[in-house]
Amino acid sequence: MALATSSTITLHVNGERRTLPVDHRTTLLDALRDHLELTGSKKGCDHGQCGACTVLIDGRRAVSCLQFAVAAEGREVTTIEGVADGDTLHPVQQAFIDLDGYQCGYCTPGQICSAIAVIEEHAAGWPSAATEDVRPEAGAPPLDADEIRERMSGNLCRCGAYVSIVQAVARAAEAAQGESAQDKSAQGGDLAGAEAGTAVTA
Amino acid sequence: MREFGYERATDVPGAVALRGADGGTSYLGGGTNLVDLMKSGVERPALLVDVRELPLDRVEVTEDGGLRIGATVTNSDLAVHPEVRRRYPMLAEALLAGASGQLRNMATVGGNLLQRTRCGYFADTSAPCNKRVPGSGCPAIAGEHHNHAILGASTHCVATHPSDMAVPLAALDAVVSYETVDGPGELPLADFYLPVGDTPHLETALPPGALITHVTVGPAPVAAVSHYRKVRERASYAFAIGSVAAALAVRGGVVEEVRLALGAVASRPWRARAAERALTGGPATAEAFAAAADAELAAAKPLPDNAYKVTLTRNLIVSELTRLAEESAR
Amino acid sequence: MTTTTEATRLAGAVGVAHTRVEGLDKVTGAARYAAEHHFTELAHGWMVLSTVARGRITAIDSAPVEAMPGVLAVLHHENAPHLAEASGFFGPDPTVQVLQNDRVPHVGWPVALVVAETPEQAREAAESLVVHYEQEPHDTVFRAGHPDTYTPGDDEDDSVEISKGDMEAELAASAVVVDEWYTTPEEHHNAMEPHGAIARWEDGRLEVIDTTQGAFATAQDLAALLSLDPSSVRVVSEHVGGGFGSKGLVRPHSVLAAMAATVVHRPVRVVMTRRQVFSLVGHRPATAQRMRLGAHADGRLRALDHQASSYTSRVMEYVESSAAISRVLYGADAHHTVNRVVPLDVPTPRWMRAPGEAPGSFAVESAMDELAERCGVDPVALRIRNEPAVGPVSGLPFSSRSTVACFEEGARRFGWAERDPRPAVRREGRWLLGTGVAAATYTAGVVPSTASVTAEAGGDFTVRITAADIGTGARTALVQIAADALEVPVDRIRMRIADSDFGQAMLAGGSTGTRSWAHAIVAAVAELRAVLVPGMEIPADGITVRGNSLDAVRGLAKLERHSFGAQFAEAAVDIATGEVRVRRMLGMFAAGRVVNPLTARSQLVGGMVWGLSMALHEEAHRDAASGGLVGGDLAGYHIAANADVPLIEADWVDEVDPHDPTGIKGLGEIGIVGAAAAVANAVWHATGVRHRQLPIRPDRVLAAAAERG
Repeated sequence: MALATSSTITLHVNGERRTLPVDHRTTLLDALRDHLELTGSKKGCDHGQCGACTVLIDGRRAVSCLQFAVAAEGREVTTIEGVADGDTLHPVQQAFIDLDGYQCGYCTPGQICSAIAVIEEHAAGWPSAATEDVRPEAGAPPLDADEIRERMSGNLCRCGAYVSIVQAVARAAEAAQGESAQDKSAQGGDLAGAEAGTAVTA
Repeated sequence: MREFGYERATDVPGAVALRGADGGTSYLGGGTNLVDLMKSGVERPALLVDVRELPLDRVEVTEDGGLRIGATVTNSDLAVHPEVRRRYPMLAEALLAGASGQLRNMATVGGNLLQRTRCGYFADTSAPCNKRVPGSGCPAIAGEHHNHAILGASTHCVATHPSDMAVPLAALDAVVSYETVDGPGELPLADFYLPVGDTPHLETALPPGALITHVTVGPAPVAAVSHYRKVRERASYAFAIGSVAAALAVRGGVVEEVRLALGAVASRPWRARAAERALTGGPATAEAFAAAADAELAAAKPLPDNAYKVTLTRNLIVSELTRLAEESAR
Repeated sequence: MTTTTEATRLAGAVGVAHTRVEGLDKVTGAARYAAEHHFTELAHGWMVLSTVARGRITAIDSAPVEAMPGVLAVLHHENAPHLAEASGFFGPDPTVQVLQNDRVPHVGWPVALVVAETPEQAREAAESLVVHYEQEPHDTVFRAGHPDTYTPGDDEDDSVEISKGDMEAELAASAVVVDEWYTTPEEHHNAMEPHGAIARWEDGRLEVIDTTQGAFATAQDLAALLSLDPSSVRVVSEHVGGGFGSKGLVRPHSVLAAMAATVVHRPVRVVMTRRQVFSLVGHRPATAQRMRLGAHADGRLRALDHQASSYTSRVMEYVESSAAISRVLYGADAHHTVNRVVPLDVPTPRWMRAPGEAPGSFAVESAMDELAERCGVDPVALRIRNEPAVGPVSGLPFSSRSTVACFEEGARRFGWAERDPRPAVRREGRWLLGTGVAAATYTAGVVPSTASVTAEAGGDFTVRITAADIGTGARTALVQIAADALEVPVDRIRMRIADSDFGQAMLAGGSTGTRSWAHAIVAAVAELRAVLVPGMEIPADGITVRGNSLDAVRGLAKLERHSFGAQFAEAAVDIATGEVRVRRMLGMFAAGRVVNPLTARSQLVGGMVWGLSMALHEEAHRDAASGGLVGGDLAGYHIAANADVPLIEADWVDEVDPHDPTGIKGLGEIGIVGAAAAVANAVWHATGVRHRQLPIRPDRVLAAAAERG
């Protein structure tokens, strides 16, 4: 019996059910970009070496280029197109704009999806390779610049926007911690000290 | 990439039945290595058996105080598990040092053990490679090999095993459990990876079609004071050029127990038994650590461009054991 | 509606920080890059690249591939459309003469394009295509003193040899001499967006959505190659995912997409894989540079000899003019600079961020650090002591030169005065610490360009210019420039860029974009002012005028025009493991008028990150036996990751350049210049070991430490 090499699958993307036929070779990234016209997730290397295709799968960050679409059936996928709350940007998105956490913008959706997960992973008490003492008794490390740098290292940025990316993630994390979030992020903490500009419309 | 069939397994017997012993079928776990290699044309399975939904995603404390880790537990979940961080800090540290947050969320324990070398010639189907095409030759020996093996290699292959996780598992005498159509089996990690010899394409002792179901780590109180130290060519998101997993118990200035394994030096995680023998019962001094490192690395056969690994690994062993001796004394 | 351009006087928009015009699109995923547009009937092209380094194709077994599912065409040299050997925007470009003959000049040369219904089908078919070659012996190994090295003969640019004074006599009379070799490896741009294009025929016109730094030049080149009327080709590049020079000119993917669209009569998308990018878009060649410096005891230079060599391909000559920077930075009684090349069987190198200056500054600024060490002069003082009054080789005045101010202000902020000049004396745990400094400079160029401005009936102004925003912030900066030129608030400017139909304009490259485009916009606004009368009625379709900066640019005085800067770095080195970490960097720059401080800072810091990455990570490994790369991908070719990059600060001294009406000098390149040298000099200061070979990899640190014992 010849094996079926394509399937009709249902993906749950940004809260919507999308049914589509896919070649089994189609990655989740290509299904999003080519079939669902969700081109926010980027293809930088197609081999898990850059992080530009980062999405959230069942709430966790993952590289969609190494995930076959057929194997993602039944999972909840959130892409950059789905992280804002209607017209209100996610705090990470807003911080990237305000602190210029990007240049060409191609790695940006992956950076933002990754950052959203980083803040959640940290809030869940996950240590990282930058954590001095990983034992649970040591408690969760503060999300300082070194922790952010390590945790965000799976997202390459060739423009070299890392400095402001770290500042943007720090600002969004502060907001997420909710400690009089708005005042603090407007003033900028140690990390969020970059110059914020006013919006230009054109 | 050629067309392939896809089946999602829901239980272990079903998975091994679907897989059979046919070389054209592969298990799909997190896919972080397999999908990469399929895109490169190195792997060309006709059928993928997806094992991600098998009930093998638990980390359990065993009766004797060890851990039984399901094969589909992700690297992230294992790294952050409180019992792993408490009992075997070096295992948590090794996992956290591997790949990136995204990849750790996808990669599974079983797949991590089975990942293939990152030798650039292996990944390039236009190049000869004895591991990919037996008998075609090894261009790394005369070519680019600055991150290749110094221990246990052969004239047929000098590739290294890329796993960080497997290094502390080797130090911990982990045991790999598997299932086949003929029933279950077990392999100590020490016997799991085959010597390179003239068969670099044969990497593990798993029977054809076997599915890794669990990795079991025994109670090892010594590992409560342990570390994994990794050196790479950038600060993160890169494979090791040298690494050490070490656990040390010192009493009264004497080494009571030591576990030591090395990464990025061989085709498998390298348990440093010669060094362990040299250290056990002796003084916990920098001189003794250096002598033990030398004892282990006496067997090293570096190539012109990777001789630095002998120095690097030696220095890492001394540095980590010194740090552990201080922590053990606290 | 009446115009108000004369009525409203505003504080300038230029010089004020503005977030990016397209920021919302970029953070929400709405910004579409070239390969992300959808068309019905879109077909997919997949390139097949050569696997041998030199030889010819003897046969292509296309029949079985043509029979594979979904395959629409297999293009190769026996059936592909003819390309004219046309002279493009920057002269003839043999690197895009693809599928025209059976010659294979290097590994990774396009030998076929497979077009299929889906990308999966195209990929499998391309991978299945068997190509037979007759191989010839190849040479891909670059080294100093390669017997085929020659001095290129073109005296139009700065790649030629220039000398003055008696070099040997001055060296012999010098109290202190530095004579060392410095090497840099093959480096690749690796813009995050791989090159991709969609080509289609639309109402008799070839429409191409491309990722390019210059849509106009790309359109011109495509028209010339395909023997089409220039007006029948349109190229747009609304969003470009990084370029760094690799997207400066038309590249093979666009040519192949256009050929395929012509053959299959459908829109065709061709996107390079990351590995393909490594052989088809140019790269920075390896360099070997001999520096000879002779100085008085106090460090004042008597002799400067900068002999650079690099490789080019056998397809075309490209010269990495590494020695050019020494003609700007320092004067000496005897001064000699030369850029030599050796042709090899390798992909063609091309412009990569600060071409010439990036590797050149590593050599000259490392050598200056060695000179400071041997003279016992502080490295900052040494640079200030050797500051020239006029162009060291040309004798022309500088339009403005604020190097000293950069060094002095940078030294103050960096805490340079507290530095112990002795090497290998600061330790923190396992880390040895050191600081280093280097000078930076890059040419401030301008190219005549055109723009149009439309006074809209609603009171807004629409500016159209074939500029590109490759991440530089150009779109936003041009809004600010246009607002000031029109003397209106920025929210009344609609900026339309990156469409070849908008007419000729300089591409985004060589730090010339913003200055060139500003000149064009200023010229267009002047034309508009000539047409508009205050109070006049604007018709419904607006009033449009075009401006051309040709006269303004030609009227500029011939001067030494450059930006300058001082780079400071602190490095930590663990000599037991060879690890090097940069702990902080500070760049102080003088680059004329800064249009948008927010994006300018990002661009400068980004350049410095490139310098860090060049110093510690970047190196392509070419296999001598096969002639191809080993690990030619983002796992094998390391660029700095987030964890490698500390807090990096970039700032600038106020500089008014009175000799250019825009006052702009450009920021794209200067951030990388000198940055690698500053890091290498910091590594020397930390360890006492000089690294003259980049990158400073752990194995090299270990080897160097072992040599010292």
